[in-house]
Amino acid sequence: MSVATKSPSLVRAAARAPRRLRWALLVIGLAIALWLPNGLYPAVAVDMLCWALFAVAVDLLLGYTGLLSFGHAAFWGTSAYATGLVAIHLGVPFPVAVLSGALVAAVLAVPIGYLAVRRTGIYFAMVTLAFAQMIYYIANNRRGLTGGENGLQSVPRELFGLDLTDAYYFYYAALPVVLLGLWAAWRIVNSPFGRVLVGIRDNPARARALGYPVHRYKLLAFVLSAFIAGLGGGLFAMAHRFVTLDTLHWTTSGKAVVMVVLGGIGTLWGGVLGAGLLVRLEDWLSFSGFEAVGLVTGGLFVVVVLVFRRGLWGTAAELLRRRSGLRRVRGGEQG
Amino acid sequence: MVGTVLATHALTRDFRGFRAVDGVDLAVAAGTVHALVGPNGAGKTTLFNLLTGFLRPTSGRIEVGGRDITGLPPERIAGLGVARSFQITSLFPMLSAREHVELALQGRGRLGWRFWRSAKLLGRFRDRADELLAMVGFEELAEVPSDALPYGRKRALELALALALDPVVLLLDEPTAGMGLEDVDRTVDLVDRVRAGRTVVLVEHNMSVVGRLADRVTVLQGGRVLAEGAYDEVRADERVITAYLGAPDAAG
Ligand SMILES: Nc1ncnc2c1ncn2[C@@H]1O[C@H](COP(=O)(O)OP(=O)(O)OP(=O)(O)O)[C@@H](O)[C@H]1O
Ligand SMILES: [Mg+2]
Repeated sequence: MSVATKSPSLVRAAARAPRRLRWALLVIGLAIALWLPNGLYPAVAVDMLCWALFAVAVDLLLGYTGLLSFGHAAFWGTSAYATGLVAIHLGVPFPVAVLSGALVAAVLAVPIGYLAVRRTGIYFAMVTLAFAQMIYYIANNRRGLTGGENGLQSVPRELFGLDLTDAYYFYYAALPVVLLGLWAAWRIVNSPFGRVLVGIRDNPARARALGYPVHRYKLLAFVLSAFIAGLGGGLFAMAHRFVTLDTLHWTTSGKAVVMVVLGGIGTLWGGVLGAGLLVRLEDWLSFSGFEAVGLVTGGLFVVVVLVFRRGLWGTAAELLRRRSGLRRVRGGEQG
Repeated sequence: MVGTVLATHALTRDFRGFRAVDGVDLAVAAGTVHALVGPNGAGKTTLFNLLTGFLRPTSGRIEVGGRDITGLPPERIAGLGVARSFQITSLFPMLSAREHVELALQGRGRLGWRFWRSAKLLGRFRDRADELLAMVGFEELAEVPSDALPYGRKRALELALALALDPVVLLLDEPTAGMGLEDVDRTVDLVDRVRAGRTVVLVEHNMSVVGRLADRVTVLQGGRVLAEGAYDEVRADERVITAYLGAPDAAG
């Protein structure tokens, strides 16, 4: 019996990396996460963390439920504002503020998701986009609460009196929250619930025939995804210490989708990779005074989509799989 | 007289003016195997889709165990103990056969909602899953993604999925379609074995299969019930012979 049969994979049966490789990747990933603000501007490293959560949240829906949300900025941005407001008015430790922001995003996702999951494909994308635009206009009009175009300013960054003004230290304070969010996403994907999601993604009619209420499952996936996106958005508010309308803009939703496609849809960790890459690239381009940032990132996007159809992570995994497949065949010949 | 477990009353379904199911009154007695036969396009699959909630009737009613289920969604009807197999194999391409059956078994409890637990919990269904797979003749290939399975294995898995729900009413849409003689025999034996304690509605073109299994036969044509009775009665019916059994390719 092969390793794959002991740990059934979600995306492709009998296609998971062997146990030792998975542990190695985990250790490498953690090492990179711990080293990151030493090799990059700490503020850029913090941005990577936030966007990584956002991208993973979008992949939870796109890759594992088959729903392309084009309005996830609604949850990222709403959590950013809610986190900022909680921090300003209640002065709680920042992880508590971020958590409450994410909860607000999750609650907002209930009515939006309820209506959106009744549609599929492009219609689902349109419904989520429409709701996100609505939230954007509400935020723009409720100046008293959100500060309108000026944004929400001077968000305090409190943690038991520690001095977190330096982004370097904030990075390490934020990392546990991010790891928790990523772990949650991994757990969801590798849970009994995650198995049902993949079934629904691949054959909703059969899932219903087996007795699964497809809409309700999709709704829960939507809410969980909004919560994780909210964690990212809340941290983003903390990282910048102000919140602007940009966090609710449709281009923010689009950026998260681009990160997922770059990294590989339905790979979970691909979203982290895509987020890191895009944040780094954008920072580098704007630092070098380049004007048309969108042109370069857009170009990169097109190249990756055309050359690596499964995204960077997905393509790497595929190559590895083929190599280990070959090895197994050769081993079989010897034995 | 045994009770009726599944009944339809003047069940009708239109597709843009075309009447695919036309005023069908059906009464399936508990514990029987009830065959539904008729030429291509007679409305058999459409009737199944109505019974399982995948289509809404244009008019008419459906009752299961005396309860009106008209308009209920498929998952609710499945929850009431009505399971179906699909004429056109309908599987999850990336899941293995065992994962399929585990997913079907998992659907009966609340485990599916546990997003905070490990998927390893599904291991508790493993023995039952393997038992069901063995029942439909799945000795190997239980770990291969289903889109890589040969046709016959896919049909067997289709059956295992319906059986995994341990249904009160089992609806089988052409379970032997495209099978070789040996697999047909195996499927007949299987239905004979699993019918105990259940009611089976069987859509089948193969008349020898119908003859071997069915207690009662309903003949559909053009969406209407043309005849109903025991196999031998129906087989002798003039109208049925002209409509269906008389067709040169219908000899089982
Ligand atoms: N979704 C649909 N839209 C339009 N017409 C449909 C639809 N489904 C079925 N029909 C039509 O209804 C009629 C009955 O089809 P159905 O599939 O129920 O026949 P059947 O008895 O199962 O035939 P077969 O033996 O070929 O499986 C056919 O004429 C078919 O074209
Ligand atoms: Mg049919």
